[in-house]
Amino acid sequence: MTNVKEKPVILVRDLEVGFGDQVVLDHLSLDVRPGEILGVVGASGGGKSVLLRTIIGLLPKRQGTIEVLGVDLDKASEEERRALERRWGVLFQQGALFSSLTVRQNVQFPMRENLDISQRLLDEMALAKLEMVGLTPIDADKFPAELSGGMTKRAALARALALDPEIVFLDEPTSGLDPIAAGDFDALIKTLQRTLGLTVFMVTHDLESLYTVCDRVAALADGRIVCVGPMEAMLECTHPWVQTYFRGKRGGMLTSRIGQLVN
Amino acid sequence: MASNGSLLTAKFEDGRLELAAGGSWTAANAGELETLVDSVAQDAARAKAVSIDMRDVRAFDTFGAWLLERLTRQWRSAGGSASVVGMPEHDQTLLKEMSGVNLEPVTPPVRGNALIAALAALGQGATGFERDLMTFANMLGAIGVAGVRVLTRPRDFRFTSAVNQLDRVCWQAVPIILLITLLIGAIIAQQGIFHFRKFGAELYAVDLVGILILREVGVLIVAIMVAGRSGSSYTAELGSMMMREEVDALRTMGFDPVEVLILPRVLVLIVALPVLTFLGSMAALYGGGLVAWLYGGMSPEIYVSRLEEAISLTHFKVGMIKAPFMGLVIGVVACAEGLLVKGSAESLGLQTTASVVKSIFLVIVLDGLFAIFFASIGM
Repeated sequence: MTNVKEKPVILVRDLEVGFGDQVVLDHLSLDVRPGEILGVVGASGGGKSVLLRTIIGLLPKRQGTIEVLGVDLDKASEEERRALERRWGVLFQQGALFSSLTVRQNVQFPMRENLDISQRLLDEMALAKLEMVGLTPIDADKFPAELSGGMTKRAALARALALDPEIVFLDEPTSGLDPIAAGDFDALIKTLQRTLGLTVFMVTHDLESLYTVCDRVAALADGRIVCVGPMEAMLECTHPWVQTYFRGKRGGMLTSRIGQLVN
Repeated sequence: MASNGSLLTAKFEDGRLELAAGGSWTAANAGELETLVDSVAQDAARAKAVSIDMRDVRAFDTFGAWLLERLTRQWRSAGGSASVVGMPEHDQTLLKEMSGVNLEPVTPPVRGNALIAALAALGQGATGFERDLMTFANMLGAIGVAGVRVLTRPRDFRFTSAVNQLDRVCWQAVPIILLITLLIGAIIAQQGIFHFRKFGAELYAVDLVGILILREVGVLIVAIMVAGRSGSSYTAELGSMMMREEVDALRTMGFDPVEVLILPRVLVLIVALPVLTFLGSMAALYGGGLVAWLYGGMSPEIYVSRLEEAISLTHFKVGMIKAPFMGLVIGVVACAEGLLVKGSAESLGLQTTASVVKSIFLVIVLDGLFAIFFASIGM
């Protein structure tokens, strides 16, 4: 089990993000503990992806502090930032593979830029990463446009893992996958998290993923985190949105199943 | 504790090779580690049994795990035995994971003979030229068919889309076209006056400006500008619609993409080019007049009266007749190239470049054909 007293790998305090007059994140605070899989849920357009993109520095914030692996991105120098960016990997919602490179070159890209290693090792490592995420050497020489949705996600995950990051950010990793593929992907994330000792920050809509892989869940509503904790804590949360989410038609089925398991 | 300096130290003991690993076996040290591992692998050829002590390793990731796996795999395939000791359980899982990968030998992509590749590229270029012509002819045909179909059902014509395109292609292009043609007219006038002055024939610079602008330069400059400005944007628009499967979506809803997307765009270009050519030519004549007045000291009255003598309606007609055909060529090339875009960003860039290059080339070829045509009918 995760040691609660350990320093959080991601520490968000009093974060405010908005566009124009609209405030998306309103004084939000959140901790991500080392080695855990944290699932962030929230309504569509509720700011989950905004939170993720703000943490990795793609969106500007109005106020608040964000520390990742003990580094405050505002105060970090250019070099510290680059060093930090090597220690995390991001899986974007649409994969964001470079469309003019093959899958193998996509995975090799961060390695080639950041490490001084031979072409042979580059090839071997790229194939090793691809096999770890369940792709075959035949897929390695395909272009992103030739991949199916599930394969794109796997290839993008392999690229996110290219430098053996400590944190992986996943933006809706199972959206657009069929339940079997989504289940496989969940299992894959769990396995990789265990073997590589990753901390996973996962934005998701998929109730199954929340139940099966997440150690803790954070519910985002009205621009702040209204509940955070393991699945059982979510079910006891009194916030109306969280209640509807987990006890609604689709959530209810799973909750009753969990209930049976718990009893 | 071992420092980073001793990632791997080897010790021989009666036929046994004992390796002590230390430091960080991680991505950051992967380059150094690989050299060490490779050199040790050669030493090991002399040893019967090898053991690797991982006790002092502080950090271990997939890079380290793979290099260790590669080393042990090499020895095992050579018939030796290798044992790894002193490894924490967590790292063992990672090593086990690595033992399942890269079982097939890595096949580097085959690279052929450079000469043959160059010849093949030449051949492909030649057949590509023919294929391009066929593509453009097909597109022209498809536009023709769509045009006839729309004539029978005029309500199906995308009027809103056409007006929107007309705004972008024609109205918004006016300022830049006026500016460029004004400058071109001014430059031609300045050069004419400068060189004709030696013969005392400055007045003929006006003939030069008038005839050249109205017959050739006005329409050519405008066509080249439009190919770069609107042709490229047509290709990029249609290309990104191809990438995002929007064109396929239209098709499955029972719409003909040529009728919905391409016909309005091409028709708008056919309308826009004569308009822009007219405006551009006027601006160029104006620019010529300005230079004649300010640089050549020729009063505007003289410039205008000389212009009246020098040019006839025929010159004006020659330029204007060419304009809609130039528009058609640019539209056909831009749309045909747009539909050739494949899934990647690179392909979008390639087709947009090809679209601009080919349309400018064809515009100039067409201009040459028109020159022959007009000469033979005496215009």
